[in-house]
Amino acid sequence: MILRKSHRILVQGVTGKQGTFWTRAMIGYGAAVVGGVNPRKAGTVHLGLPVYASAAEAAREAPFDVALMFIPPAMAKDAAFDACEAGARLLVCLTEHIPAHDVMEMMAAGRANGTRIVGPNTAGLVTPGETFAGILPAFNPQVFRPGGIGVISRSGSLGTLLSLVLTQNGFGQSVVYGVGGDPIIGTTTREALEILDADARTEAVVICGEIGGSAEEDAADYAAGMAKPAVAFVAGRAAPPGKKMGHAGAIVSGGKGDYQSKRKALEAAGVAVADVPSDIPKLLSARLRAAA
Amino acid sequence: MNFEEHAAKALLKACGLPVPDGIVAGSPEAAADAARALGGPCVVKAQAPTGKRGKAGGIRLAGSPEEARAAAADILGMTIGGHRIERLLVEEQVPIAAEFYTAVLNDPASRGPVVLFSAMGGMEVEEMAAADPEAMRRIEVDVAAGLTAGQAAATLEGLDLNGQAGAVADLLAGLYASYRALDAELLEINPLALTGDGRIVCLDCKYTLDDASAARQAVAAQTGSPDPMTALEAEAHAAGLKYIELDGSVGVLANGAGLTMATMDAIEHFGGRPANFLEIGGEAYTKAETALTILLGNPSIRSLLVNFCGAFARTDVMAEGVVRAWQKLDPGIPVFFTIHGTGEDEAIALVERELGHRPFDLMDDAVRAAVGAAIGGAAQEAAP
Repeated sequence: MILRKSHRILVQGVTGKQGTFWTRAMIGYGAAVVGGVNPRKAGTVHLGLPVYASAAEAAREAPFDVALMFIPPAMAKDAAFDACEAGARLLVCLTEHIPAHDVMEMMAAGRANGTRIVGPNTAGLVTPGETFAGILPAFNPQVFRPGGIGVISRSGSLGTLLSLVLTQNGFGQSVVYGVGGDPIIGTTTREALEILDADARTEAVVICGEIGGSAEEDAADYAAGMAKPAVAFVAGRAAPPGKKMGHAGAIVSGGKGDYQSKRKALEAAGVAVADVPSDIPKLLSARLRAAA
Repeated sequence: MNFEEHAAKALLKACGLPVPDGIVAGSPEAAADAARALGGPCVVKAQAPTGKRGKAGGIRLAGSPEEARAAAADILGMTIGGHRIERLLVEEQVPIAAEFYTAVLNDPASRGPVVLFSAMGGMEVEEMAAADPEAMRRIEVDVAAGLTAGQAAATLEGLDLNGQAGAVADLLAGLYASYRALDAELLEINPLALTGDGRIVCLDCKYTLDDASAARQAVAAQTGSPDPMTALEAEAHAAGLKYIELDGSVGVLANGAGLTMATMDAIEHFGGRPANFLEIGGEAYTKAETALTILLGNPSIRSLLVNFCGAFARTDVMAEGVVRAWQKLDPGIPVFFTIHGTGEDEAIALVERELGHRPFDLMDDAVRAAVGAAIGGAAQEAAP
């Protein structure tokens, strides 16, 4: 699903330092934040929002569509269970370093309750000009502008850079979809690509991948049959094998997940691959011209 | 984190899985004593957190304490997969009737655990796949329900297990429980042996602990083998920073793993070589000063490239740390900035005021300048 202005957002961990900073920014941008959760501060008001003991309580008092988690790793699983069981349609999990077995349990809870999970370890979702949920500077018009390009990124910082490069070259974005840098995530690059392919406002897609795993190869499988133009940048060409490049998911091990395999798969599927992020706009222009 | 075989087997044993009797030895004398204590023919096995030890000559059979001593003298000091062998596992020899393969691992595709089993064990997984791709049985497990007895039995249906299918199914259940109890990313038994006297024994074990679970697996983690680190990498690790020392001359300081990798890629694209991976994104964005101090400890750095594209990580906070550290350390190399995102106006103004130059608007221009300064000439477009 694509985050829209009408989607009501509940912020778990709203009273913390980062929860406060980003929730204030989201409200300022026009996001429909309906409340927050902190069991120790239930019944208080924070940033003008009611604070609830749990997502379950919030669901009764202030129905929401989307839960956004500012929750430390050790408590993330329980918060995710709470959100899924309370009926969240979408759960955006920003937390990095959640134990992998907890992540798998969160995914099972998402499946059981019909909740789509984005992340963990995502920077969130931006629908420029409408709303955002997460830790991306949606409010900075040098970086994000409304337009027709969908951006999918495993990395928040690189997704921000790609959006900046697009904006600097006159391309606004329909959606910026941070899928997250962990090996196990709720919405993969391929699934985000399917969502953007089905979105009428998205004319073309920029896939921002990185080494490790098979997300780009899987996305290439789908892109091969897609009518919309797609271009990509894959980070990690200069990374040595066997070293975790910051993200738990970004590692080339046993020859799997390397740069060349991803580039080859994407190019074979008709996705133009940029050597450096600054090449994206000209590749995109060429693809859009060819499609017109 | 990976584990040496003896450490992994001690953990399996504590979980109730059958492993051979064994003793760790650090010298030929100790190996001979271990063989004597085990009281029969034994195996002397090099200990290193890597596979292919047998092919490298790191595993030898010994019929007596004297043979164990000789084998130990040969194996100790060998280098296998980049690891110098300093310890041996001396184990009882098990009479093998059949060898199988089994593993439990985290599977990103199904977002849950997967159990693998093959009745052809004892060789490398790649060799097994090449020999018969159909031979590997695969079950996706619902992590909320756990591995059921029915699933384990169904996995083994139709396989020739010397009449021991029930016992093997029990072993799979035990292995899955151990995988859960140990927060394993991978728990692999290869080979799983059926003995001539009807026992099932885990002859080798590979255990990879999920790094994000190391805190709650503190006891197990103490027996693991952390990746070897350089002195600077160890310093960064202790400070909670992700730093990898590389062999180039352009220092890299960026926020976020993806942006840092993309910056390294751009340095290579324009003809330079990155000196490091170092990112101060996420919660580390307040640690710019510590980060810069570590980064500049690498003597091969000739120029520094600072690339901030702040989201969560506020560029004004990061730039303040960099400027403060730069003024304190006065490293005498050129530095090039490009700054965008959260807090950029304050960050750019600060760099301009304190260091006297304006950050580049375009990342490529900053990369070209840093590469040019490091290699003493103009940066080049890399050959395609």
